[in-house]
Amino acid sequence: MYLKVFGALIIGTILTVVAAKVDMGPLNNVVMLIIACTKASLVILFFMHVRWGTRLTWVVSAAGFFWLLLLFSVIGDYISRGWVPGTLR
Amino acid sequence: MPNPHTEHFPGPFHDPPLVANLDAIQPHEHVALPHHPRLQHHFDDMAQQIEASTLGMWVFLVTEIMFFGGLFAAYLVYRHANPEGFAEASHHLNVTWGTVNTIVLIVSSLTMALAVRSAQISAPAKTQVAWIGATMLLGTTFLGVKAIEYTDKFTHHLVPGPNFRWEGKHPAPAEIFYSLYFCMTGLHAIHMIIGLGIMSVIGVMAWRRQFDEDYYTPVEIAGLYWHFVDIVWIFLFPLLYLIGGHFRE
Repeated sequence: MYLKVFGALIIGTILTVVAAKVDMGPLNNVVMLIIACTKASLVILFFMHVRWGTRLTWVVSAAGFFWLLLLFSVIGDYISRGWVPGTLR
Repeated sequence: MPNPHTEHFPGPFHDPPLVANLDAIQPHEHVALPHHPRLQHHFDDMAQQIEASTLGMWVFLVTEIMFFGGLFAAYLVYRHANPEGFAEASHHLNVTWGTVNTIVLIVSSLTMALAVRSAQISAPAKTQVAWIGATMLLGTTFLGVKAIEYTDKFTHHLVPGPNFRWEGKHPAPAEIFYSLYFCMTGLHAIHMIIGLGIMSVIGVMAWRRQFDEDYYTPVEIAGLYWHFVDIVWIFLFPLLYLIGGHFRE
């Protein structure tokens, strides 16, 4: 099982290097982040045993990433100022 | 266990006053059941003990997420302000070394997971120490490659400061990029060095046969830390090394 996860992580790494060589415009960032998030989830669920963890562990670990989501939402707000005409810059 | 006092006060309207209940409280009897020597007395059993440790480590890791999250946020803001400059600066990082290091760290995560597993199945101390040693060796390899890269940056005047020199079109954003590069990879490298320190302690404990299927908490907790540092690199690698793929000089 660990070997399968390991294989998936190596494939993800190769994929992300190959995808970076293909010019997809802004989509490049989306693809690299999707691959990185998938790899991170695999490490958290299997190597860090959260998949078999108690509900409390689930909640606490999820809370950390939920906080990141909030942080990047705030920055998303900052970045998107002025995209819609009439919004404050 | 029936409470003898409730027999005298049947029904909800005749609940005994709290004072009367004091008699029902038995003094804590020490149950002399045989227990694992590693079970600390404030835990009920081994399962509760490892659950508490795991939870505590996760709370620490959440603070680490916030710590690195701030740097990633800074990266996002500056990259959004200078997309071209960041692509140009990233173009000068060595993708080959970055890829090698990513794979080295992923392999070290595998050996770490196997080190935890070898303790969980009560493998011989030799096996446990071998997996821990392999993990440490890979961690050291990672730091070695990082040292080669840093030396390269110093010789090419890519370290932000008075000696920073940039031949390209965007010198100022490139300097910001390299500031972030050194902050983020530097903080990550410090975590790796701390990780190696933790692992040497764990290695000595494993050598002294302290871990078996009933008690492997320290290996598990050290593993959580090691994997977390790996996850940080999983994000650092594409965001720093791979955003310059299509930069045209």
